[in-house]
Amino acid sequence: MADIELRRLVKEYPGGVRAVDGLDLTIADGEFFALLGPSGCGKTTLLRSIAGLETVTGGHILIGGRDVTGLAPGARDIAMVFQDYALFPHMTVRDNIAYPLRIRKMGRPERHAKAEETAEGLSLGGLLDRRPGQLSGGQQQRAALARAVACHPKVFLFDEPLSNLDARLRLEARTFLKRLQRDLGVTTVFVTHDQAEALAMSDRMAVMDAGRIRQIGTPTEVFQRPASTFVASFIGSTPMNLLDAVADRDTLRVAGTTLPLPAAAGPHVRDGEKLVFAARPEYMTLHREAEPTGIEGVVAIVENMGVGSLVSLEVPGGADGARIVQVTVPEGQEPEIGSRGWAVAAPERVLLYRHDDGELVGSERAGAGEPVLAGAGD
Amino acid sequence: MALTTSPPADLAPAREAATDAAGLGRVRASAFVVPALVLIAIFLVYPALWTLYLGLTNYRLTGIAAARPQFVGLDNYVRALRDPEFLNSLWLTLLYVIGSAVIGQSILGFVLAATLRTVPRVVRGVVEAFVMLAWILPSSVVAFLWIALLDRDSGTVNALLGTPGMAWLLEYPMLSIIVFNTWRGTAFSMLLFSAALNAVPPSQLETARMVGASGWQQLRDVVFPHIRGHVLTNLLLISLWTFNDFAPYLITAGGPDNRSEILPVFVYESAIFDGQLGFGTAISLLMLLINLVLAVVYLRLLRERRS
Repeated sequence: MADIELRRLVKEYPGGVRAVDGLDLTIADGEFFALLGPSGCGKTTLLRSIAGLETVTGGHILIGGRDVTGLAPGARDIAMVFQDYALFPHMTVRDNIAYPLRIRKMGRPERHAKAEETAEGLSLGGLLDRRPGQLSGGQQQRAALARAVACHPKVFLFDEPLSNLDARLRLEARTFLKRLQRDLGVTTVFVTHDQAEALAMSDRMAVMDAGRIRQIGTPTEVFQRPASTFVASFIGSTPMNLLDAVADRDTLRVAGTTLPLPAAAGPHVRDGEKLVFAARPEYMTLHREAEPTGIEGVVAIVENMGVGSLVSLEVPGGADGARIVQVTVPEGQEPEIGSRGWAVAAPERVLLYRHDDGELVGSERAGAGEPVLAGAGD
Repeated sequence: MALTTSPPADLAPAREAATDAAGLGRVRASAFVVPALVLIAIFLVYPALWTLYLGLTNYRLTGIAAARPQFVGLDNYVRALRDPEFLNSLWLTLLYVIGSAVIGQSILGFVLAATLRTVPRVVRGVVEAFVMLAWILPSSVVAFLWIALLDRDSGTVNALLGTPGMAWLLEYPMLSIIVFNTWRGTAFSMLLFSAALNAVPPSQLETARMVGASGWQQLRDVVFPHIRGHVLTNLLLISLWTFNDFAPYLITAGGPDNRSEILPVFVYESAIFDGQLGFGTAISLLMLLINLVLAVVYLRLLRERRS
């Protein structure tokens, strides 16, 4: 058991591209930690640097207080599960699981007993004599996990653990992985590009972009209060509505509507400052009659989401022509296409971002100690 | 449109179309194949049958037996198998194949392929170009280069090693031709192995590294099982090529004192120099049989892997 500490970690490739750019991060003992980001953001490089498969060009990696920056991957006491599982096709499942123990010079009967015990725990009992090629995707994943578990590492690293499974299996595997991690209590870092996976499985997550961490927090924090427009647009199964807005004394002009400026945001906003108004479709309601705080538009598309529907309103005006505002409506309340609608945001859920750098209004940069929830005060 | 009309009328052409996809008909289709078959018959089948026949006669290059060869049955084969010169030659060929193909080209090729993966691109390009150059140069040119390199009085090797007056081709004729063939043929193994190594999934190597496997353990447990088929195919090809290789004749001419007389050279000496065409042909056929055995063994091993 161990925590992971990264100090000003840099990974620079020849040619000057920085995949990891001066990164500080502490992952607590026993934590299930997600690295989330779009492809090319450096999350996989970061994971591979922790593993020792990439040589970092600056900074330090500490595992359980021990500096492992210069150690070979095999000396770090880490087990990694790869996206393609990396099972050895010429070995049986038993030999695959026992392989790390074989390298550690454990005798054949012992390591086979150990492999069988581990396999039993991951319901691979009847499959020990098969080759990986004869297993289903889910079984292959469990075999790869068993190989990682069998050598009792201090840290688990998972690279896109669910992306090779089909959609149905993915949900099962998500629950399974989360339970396994909780039962073993081993510090685990996993990489994913799927925000739903990160939200569902992790205790804490880091959203990365261009080699830097844009936000660290629990899934709830990151979902409810994205620290920037980048995180806001990345998190959530339906993208957040982001609309240009302008502060006008104690009001906010958004898409042809004037809303009261959230009281908490007041001290941090200059008069006439350009802002971005943000609200999740799930936190907005659709009205058929005119509402003073509603954004008016024409229903353009209705997408059935099973429970409820996602309605896209076309809002006229703006510098770049029509804008789209999305709202979720409950089952049975789908509007007619072409009808008028007013989208009203739940005031306590509205977030404001600065137009220039996309940072949340009221975050540290504004000078206020504690970031404030930009709730509207009416 | 044919499909929409009444079926009975179209049955006959449909059946004909099923027998040849191009719709040529048997006669015209055969006409296209005949020229190729004739060439194969003249240049492959006829010489093979002729060899089979010659091996059973006392046919000679000159003299009475050249005009009126006599059928001698299996005499040539019995004589060959009792001939110490033939057995010596067979042994030398075995040494030549194991030394230059199996150990030389194969292992050196693998080492080069594995090493070049880790060096900068420029270095790899230069080394690959040189190795390829050795491969694409004609054997006669390479043979001349090696004669110059190994020359007793003004050879480069003697100058480099500080061994003036050393007659490599006389003192170590087998070693000389083994080094020559290794130098000349390593490129093939190198290319084949670098393609094979590209097919080893990096994640499996990294898994082995993560559990602390040494370089040798990674090679044994991950790399080799993946490239086993390539290794066998490579061994099959280069053993056959080396077994039938005549180029050493250009360097040592089988000498001195038959000490580098591998089978292709032995056949040449018997058939052309001694004029015993019947005997030489019989030995060619024996070589063909050995080749077949080699091929069958390798193919068996390959099939074993797939099952």
